[in-house]
Amino acid sequence: MGPPIFCKTSELFLPATSCPAAQTKSKKTLAKPNIRNIVVVDGVRIPFLQSGTSYKDLMPHDLARAAFSGLLHRTNVSKDVVDYIIFGTVIQEVKTSNVAREAALGAGFSDKTPAHTVTMACISANQAMITGVGLIASGQCDVVVAGGVELMSDVPIRHSRKIRKMMLDLNKAKTLGQRLSLLSKFRLNFLSPELPAVAEFSTSETMGHSADRLAAAFAVSRADQDEYALRSHSLAKKAQDEGLLSDIVPFKVPGKDTVTKDNDIRPSSLEQMAKLKPAFIKPYGTVTTANSSFLTDGASAMLIMAEEKALAMGYKLKAYLRDFVYVSQDPKDQLLLGPTYATPKVLEKAGLTLNDIDAFEFHEAFSGQILANFKAMDSDWFAQNYMGRKTKVGSPPLEKFNNWGGSLSLGHPFGATGCRLVMAGANRLRKEGGQYGLVAACAAGGQGHAMIVEAYPK
Amino acid sequence: MFYKIINFEYLFLIGYVCRNFTRSSALRSRTHINFGVKGDVAVVRLNSPNSKVNTLNKELQSEFMEVMNEIWASDQIRSAVLISTKPGCFIAGADINMLASCKTHEEVTRISQEGQRMFEKLEKSTKPIVAAISGACLGGGLELAISCQYRIATKDRKTVLGAPEVLLGILPGAGGTQRLPKMVGLPAAFDMMLTGRNIRADRAKRMGLVDQLVEPLGPGLKPPEERTIEYLEEVAVNFAKGLSDKKISIKRDKGLVEKLTSYALSIPFVRQQVYKKVEEKVRKQTKGLYPAPLKIIDVVKTGIEQGNDAGYLSESQKFGELAMTKESKALMGLYHGQVLCKKNKFGAPQKEVKDLAILGAGLMGAGIAQVSVDKGLKTILKDATLTGLGRGQQQVFKGLNDKVKKKALTSFERDSIFSNLTGQLDYQGFEKADMVIEAVFEDLSLKHKVLKEVEAVIPGHCVFASNTSALPINEIAAASKRPEKVIGMHYFSPVDKMQLLEIITTDKTSKDTTASAVAVGLKQGKVIIVVKDGPGFYTTRCLAPMMSEVLRILQEGVEPKKLDSLTTSFGFPVGAATLVDEVGVDVAKHVSEDLGKAFGERFEGGNIELLKEMVSRGFLGRKSGKGFYIYQEGVKTKNVNSDMDGILASLKVIVADSSDEDIQYRLVTRFVNEAVLCLQEGILATPTEGDIGAVFGLGFPPCLGGPFRFVDLYGAQKIVDRLRKFEAAYGKQFTPCQLLIDHANSANKFYQ
Repeated sequence: MGPPIFCKTSELFLPATSCPAAQTKSKKTLAKPNIRNIVVVDGVRIPFLQSGTSYKDLMPHDLARAAFSGLLHRTNVSKDVVDYIIFGTVIQEVKTSNVAREAALGAGFSDKTPAHTVTMACISANQAMITGVGLIASGQCDVVVAGGVELMSDVPIRHSRKIRKMMLDLNKAKTLGQRLSLLSKFRLNFLSPELPAVAEFSTSETMGHSADRLAAAFAVSRADQDEYALRSHSLAKKAQDEGLLSDIVPFKVPGKDTVTKDNDIRPSSLEQMAKLKPAFIKPYGTVTTANSSFLTDGASAMLIMAEEKALAMGYKLKAYLRDFVYVSQDPKDQLLLGPTYATPKVLEKAGLTLNDIDAFEFHEAFSGQILANFKAMDSDWFAQNYMGRKTKVGSPPLEKFNNWGGSLSLGHPFGATGCRLVMAGANRLRKEGGQYGLVAACAAGGQGHAMIVEAYPK
Repeated sequence: MFYKIINFEYLFLIGYVCRNFTRSSALRSRTHINFGVKGDVAVVRLNSPNSKVNTLNKELQSEFMEVMNEIWASDQIRSAVLISTKPGCFIAGADINMLASCKTHEEVTRISQEGQRMFEKLEKSTKPIVAAISGACLGGGLELAISCQYRIATKDRKTVLGAPEVLLGILPGAGGTQRLPKMVGLPAAFDMMLTGRNIRADRAKRMGLVDQLVEPLGPGLKPPEERTIEYLEEVAVNFAKGLSDKKISIKRDKGLVEKLTSYALSIPFVRQQVYKKVEEKVRKQTKGLYPAPLKIIDVVKTGIEQGNDAGYLSESQKFGELAMTKESKALMGLYHGQVLCKKNKFGAPQKEVKDLAILGAGLMGAGIAQVSVDKGLKTILKDATLTGLGRGQQQVFKGLNDKVKKKALTSFERDSIFSNLTGQLDYQGFEKADMVIEAVFEDLSLKHKVLKEVEAVIPGHCVFASNTSALPINEIAAASKRPEKVIGMHYFSPVDKMQLLEIITTDKTSKDTTASAVAVGLKQGKVIIVVKDGPGFYTTRCLAPMMSEVLRILQEGVEPKKLDSLTTSFGFPVGAATLVDEVGVDVAKHVSEDLGKAFGERFEGGNIELLKEMVSRGFLGRKSGKGFYIYQEGVKTKNVNSDMDGILASLKVIVADSSDEDIQYRLVTRFVNEAVLCLQEGILATPTEGDIGAVFGLGFPPCLGGPFRFVDLYGAQKIVDRLRKFEAAYGKQFTPCQLLIDHANSANKFYQ
């Protein structure tokens, strides 16, 4: 019944550090003839903070600037060699709708370096990296900075459509009479604001609600979800204490202390977690605030280059960015199953099997979502009936999975998480000695993404 | 930890199996109910074999009570969950055949009392019972559910709760009239029982009819429907435990409005006013033709004003009386007929229709498009002009958008449904069409022209259907290279509201073509009759002699308003004069001329000059603003068109005044006579289709059950007598047909 990951409680908390790379791989490398190798020189992020804390008075491009500065400092790259800049974001600050450009200018990049912003829900930063990969692979660029930013402390709360329409009409009104007649149509309810919701436009369902239904569909219990969330927090705490989260760069926030670490890693106890009431499906649902990712402020950035360019510049490289896929499915009932669809597809594309992967880095939107994905990946029935595959791909072995914590504990700034996943994968491969990492994430709209990261040979 | 949980489940399974085993040894095997125990909660699962729905028939009831008695007797069991494992259905209602087999009202009363006793036991159960509802929970099913201590429903479109008994001419006879007002309040209870409307789960929650909602689940490790039922059961078991542990209260928090209403209704004077108002409204709407609604009010009143015992007694007695009425027999006949006409007796077509094309974006064409796109059919709407096309597209959009306003659809669903529609002026894409329905102007040469154009572009398997109300299909098919693929599909306006579809086959129409047309109609949600080709088919042909009589009666000097009130008080939903205006005077003229030529003296009576004159004066009915009445935008009261006085005076027929009753029967007997003749001639295959066509397409009084049921219930002899009397007074148009005479001379009935 249970996948092999559920073998012993103790194993959950003991990520294997011993030589997984020793086993033979299906392929020695994923390099392809006649295609440029694309490498990650390095990547950084500012600490991810629960929204409403130290970053709350800043604007999104401030966070993005901090990530740029950190990247420049870490890689010592000259601003002039950067050909192009791409950033991901989800909830847009209307004043800086192309936040990539505003941040780049503010961070002191050359005003001759073009920048654009992409959005693809929780895989926006992934999309930024992949856009960079495309620019380099097609020979258009050699050096690209990709990243992402999200500031959930401040979101655009709009006036109602009615009053917006009135204000726009007032602009056009020429005479006092016209203005007065427009104003006479004003009603008090025009003032009620429109709040942005983390809800699907197509279904009006909030993501937490969908996650709760998904967990129920796969019969994932509340206890299992709490247990998984506790694992995420415990591993994140351990990684933080051991200094493994080396992608973090400190951020001196104007008027406040320097922020040096993520601030919502909080291993609790199962007893404490069990006391919480369900957050979405009341009163009997299973998704709670403790087993969900929280609203987060943060930014990340990464330096990507063509291999020959990077070597020519004398860099020591972290990893190759290899095969990737995007998938999409029903946004109602399979909203968060992106990893299930993307994982077998990207493995097939790369010619690898699940056993070849040494480090898995999946985006943890909800405990229930992760565990439902595990069950879906481990089900022949699901593979045959919904994915058009003959057999299941299998679920990732837990000892290789999100060993340094995940979005549940580190936080999830929507637009920035993708780079964190790739850097965690690359850094883990170096630290643990593996060759292949698999990064996967789900996104609103029922989409998903997966990519293979290959460690750069030492 | 994970390990422990899974092991626990495993142990639990064993325990479950063991318990089942020890129990089953003591029991006879059951066919409708599967009974298990989870911890201290009994789970009673309903699933009647060999049926799409669960009905409260005798076997299910006795098995159910047997199981309940065991639950009440058991020391280990502290609460129970009642659930159906049949997809889309909790309990669809009581078995109405049980009533049909009763000979006296005392027998029916006894059935009601048995039901009352059974549900009283549930209501008084000290072990809480949770009804876990997914799918239809109607009639007796609802009465059962509201006898339980707690209700949980899936928030699925298929989950509906309702008391549709009134639609069958009876009342909720198992305590429903007494419990429902206490549960949802008097006004809401009256609304449910008097309209019989279905209530969706979310609304039921707001009304207090259900206590919790469960969202339907998507795919997991099992098919979504299966897992959703399983999940519903899990949730219900937890609530049942909570109730028996007194951790959950069955008391519901009432909103302010609800509190105020219930306070107001605690004042006897206010209650009396409510009864009075409701009764007035019912009398106005039913014209006293339907006894059930008034009895429902009476029974509810008795229960509230004189206490439970009097209420239950009154409910069972009135239930018995109602079940024996002609009205109830007529309505139940219609119910059975409707079930039959929702089946495809021609089997599955060889190729399912997925791509549909409609010619003509007028009222009919756009209406057909609307009921097609929302069922997932890819639909091309083609018109000759951009203006006509735009109007049609707007009609479809408005139809869908109105559903958004009523919250039956989300704006996203509307958009995605609307994307099934392609509007165009040319024949692009017709090469992929599985069926083309033409709804162009009623003109034979135009129909021939489009038929030829279409046949040049469609694939070999494509069906060509003509939406015409009177043009014979074989004449249309005469221009076809492939007449076996040509069929008539006669829709009724407005297409999205009228339930009937009349399908017309010629001698050459192939069975597969018919199967295909019926399949499309069923997909569009229609009730379908299949008739043979002939002038006016079935529906138009029955209506025409009645319309002829309408003209004649008007010529005799009867005011349109009086004629309208005579027809509506007979049970027609629309008055006869108004009907002419609604159909369109030009259309009526067209049809009368055509059918007059085909049928001669039997269609005489009224003078067609009346219609011709009206058309020449531009009095085309509602569409032109004037007909027998004047129609103005935003004006509700209808005024008689005084310009008609002159026309009517010039065509006046001087005869002795007819009594009101005679006027009514002149209209109805001509209708009925023509319907029976259609059966006699083989235009109709069955009396059932005749009744369904007349009631759902033409508004024949539902309380009479349709022309054939009417003959059975009223007596063929009496109708023949009336026809003979009118024949002597007015002429051969009243000569009864042979089949009717045969029925009068024998004890034969159309329905056995």
